[in-house]
Amino acid sequence: MPETYHLRVNGALREVTLEGDTPLLYALRNDLELSAAKFGCGLAQCGACTVIVGGTAVRSCRTEVRAVENRDITTLEGIGTETKLHPLQTAFIAEQAMQCGYCINGMIMSAKALLDKNPRPSELQIREALAGNLCRCGSHNRIVRAIERASKEMAT
Amino acid sequence: MSATLTRREFGGALGGLVIAFSMAPRVGTAAESAPRLPGMLEANRRLDAWLRVDPVGTVTVFTGRVELGQGATTALAQIAAEELDIGIARVRMIPVDTNRSPNEGVTAGSNSIEAGGAALRSAAAEARAILIQHASQRLALPVDQLIADDGTIFAKSGPQRTSYWELAADMPLAREATNSVPPKPAKDHRLVGRPAQRLDIPDKVMGQPIFIQDMRLPGMVYGRIVRPPSYGAELVRLDETSVRKMPGVIAVVRDGRFLGVVAEREEQAIAARAALMKAATWRVPAGLPDPATVHDYLKTRPGIDTKTVNEKTASAQPAVKTITATYRKPYLAHASIGPSCGAAGLIDDMLTVWSHTQGPYPLRADIAKATGLAPEKVRVIHTQGAGCYGHNGADDAAFDAALLSLAVNGRLVKLQWMRDDEFGWEPFGSAMTMAASASLSADGSIVDWQYDVWSCTHNMRPGNRQGVNLLASWHLAKPFERATPAELALPAGGGDRNAVPTYDFPNQRIVDHFIPDMPLRVSALRTLGGFGNVFALESFMDEVADAAGADPVAFRLKHLKDERARAVLQAAAEKAGWKPGEKSDGTRGRGVAFSRYETTKTYVALIADVVVDRTSGAVRVERVTAAADAGQTINPDGLRNQIEGGIIQGASWTLKEQVKFDKERILSRDWVGYPILTFAEVPAVDVVLIDHPELPSLGAGEASQGPISAAIANAIRHATGARLRDLPFTPERVKAAIARG
Repeated sequence: MPETYHLRVNGALREVTLEGDTPLLYALRNDLELSAAKFGCGLAQCGACTVIVGGTAVRSCRTEVRAVENRDITTLEGIGTETKLHPLQTAFIAEQAMQCGYCINGMIMSAKALLDKNPRPSELQIREALAGNLCRCGSHNRIVRAIERASKEMAT
Repeated sequence: MSATLTRREFGGALGGLVIAFSMAPRVGTAAESAPRLPGMLEANRRLDAWLRVDPVGTVTVFTGRVELGQGATTALAQIAAEELDIGIARVRMIPVDTNRSPNEGVTAGSNSIEAGGAALRSAAAEARAILIQHASQRLALPVDQLIADDGTIFAKSGPQRTSYWELAADMPLAREATNSVPPKPAKDHRLVGRPAQRLDIPDKVMGQPIFIQDMRLPGMVYGRIVRPPSYGAELVRLDETSVRKMPGVIAVVRDGRFLGVVAEREEQAIAARAALMKAATWRVPAGLPDPATVHDYLKTRPGIDTKTVNEKTASAQPAVKTITATYRKPYLAHASIGPSCGAAGLIDDMLTVWSHTQGPYPLRADIAKATGLAPEKVRVIHTQGAGCYGHNGADDAAFDAALLSLAVNGRLVKLQWMRDDEFGWEPFGSAMTMAASASLSADGSIVDWQYDVWSCTHNMRPGNRQGVNLLASWHLAKPFERATPAELALPAGGGDRNAVPTYDFPNQRIVDHFIPDMPLRVSALRTLGGFGNVFALESFMDEVADAAGADPVAFRLKHLKDERARAVLQAAAEKAGWKPGEKSDGTRGRGVAFSRYETTKTYVALIADVVVDRTSGAVRVERVTAAADAGQTINPDGLRNQIEGGIIQGASWTLKEQVKFDKERILSRDWVGYPILTFAEVPAVDVVLIDHPELPSLGAGEASQGPISAAIANAIRHATGARLRDLPFTPERVKAAIARG
């Protein structure tokens, strides 16, 4: 039976009424109209659906809503505003770090979880942190450069 | 509309904005004698079908080219802004909509800038001249006394001024194009040729809902499809009673072996899909060839059409040595990161379909045929999806959405394929066999070149005169027939794309064996046959160079007259620090390859540096150095992005990718079954651009995939002595090739 769950998303308390085993991805995209996280595989293989829960990058396609009640959830919509972009967002624009951009939510959110823990990662550490994020257009090196740029920017 | 769906995002898709201009085809004798116009301007001759000057200070561009993540929209905006002398921020690019955009067919073949840009440039140049002419009348000043700057038209001396925006009310562009105004010379360009930030990227980094997958329409419900377990599976039994009772389920749709569900919520549709899969019993015939011998199987299919597509004969020195080799390419998947998506509903008596198709007009034609609606009663609106890399499931998903919507009285239905739908049902890039033979003279020159390629079709897109190329239409109780596959003509070609070498051989014969049979569903995947042919041709050039005892770069240059081809080879070799005769330590190697895409488009030469683990057979491509000449560059950063991306995608195809199947079904159904290159595995890429602002732009979107495959093969050979002729170069194959020596 559907129940009401309380989710703390991007600092605001939100309510959703749905089956508790509904993947967080659909609660975010359809109930809360936060559609930055994308459906890519539903199998936690590609990373397009990545959001941050309690500081950790998680695959929202395989995370049940009832498991994240009252946890801090951050989506791409919550890391910057139109007037004050997050340094990662600025860097992805500066490096033109995408082609189609469908995977970019996952790239930025995985990168944010990394930089929050390790503000000056090496290139290898960035590549390892993104090991579970697939890009099909071949924008990998631009994405790595954007994360390096954001890391530098945030350190100054 | 919900609060999150703005007009900007979906181009005023749901009505409101009505633009009246003639989209009627040209008829009559006056039009017949009119001048030939560039690109699809010829077939869509009204200037206001391409450009509209808005009183609010913007210019709206209606292009028939769709944004696929390749950045074409931005480059086209640069071209329009350049010719109109306005800032790029004033340009509004309208997504293709069959109700109001010019019909430019399919956005494919790296043609958006080469042909689409030429049409738009011509229209914009003429529009500017017309606007100045109107200003001249309004201000009573001769044209040569006027200057246009960002839409304002000034008198050179004197206070008189007007603007495009004031002149908009005169409907100055309500006339046919004549192509009589020459575009700006390259030396005057302010925008074209300079890096421009992509117009779509800010919204994407902010997570704005700009993909079709993000569409939210009022009253929208969610669909999912249950496909048969294999192409030929028969539905034996279906008991959908329990599925109908599931929470939120609005409809269970069955028409023949087309099965779908519609539900209030997306996760409910997904749950209903899973339940319906369980509720269906299928008979699965062993209808597929043995994957171990599929290449030979394809070569012996009935009805193969064998044609000599290119032949040259001349006297030459006698041959002293002949070398032969055969290469194979597997079936490849588009493998888009975002599974295909479509949305449809009846709006004002029109079946309105949102799709990330490459060809909104051809899709409309096939949907009309398969639904029995008149084409004017079907409207297709392009909305961006994930990168498609060719004809993937986009059109099929659009038709799926249309079928489900019609089954629930035209309610708005959005559906996305699940990951296994995408891998299991998308049309693949055909498996191919390439056989080459070359004869060398005593002085080490190629005096004869024989080449045969066997491939299924690379074009089963919607929009054919006969048949319907939409997946679900073949599964209906009254099924439609697929169009009869046909080979595409050179120079673009299909299976024989890039089969004709750019090298100058005195004698050559290129034979295309077109296989009409399609045991696996196939259609257009980026480069069509170009990837397989360049892989074979450029691997073989190294094999022949080896037989001649020549350096691979010098050997290529020796057979190349085309100065631009020579220039990219020399630039790549110089940038990479290529040294003839460099010895390998047994694990490290470098290889070169060159191609001119479609033999008429962008030139690319590249050098790959690899490291081979001789024990495991694992190949790591460390660095790729490329040089590209795309004629006049519009957006250098966009071009660089395309070349880099193509190298990485091509490296992934080369090292990892093949569609797995058995005699019953497709086995690659997720990213474990179809692995692609990951962050830790991608090479560093360095691209040198050779700009020719004085020459026409050349298509570049697919130029680097072909050469990277051969460069890697040649580098593995240099590193280990082993020659890989079967793609992909899996560790097992590399290990076996090294063991063979």
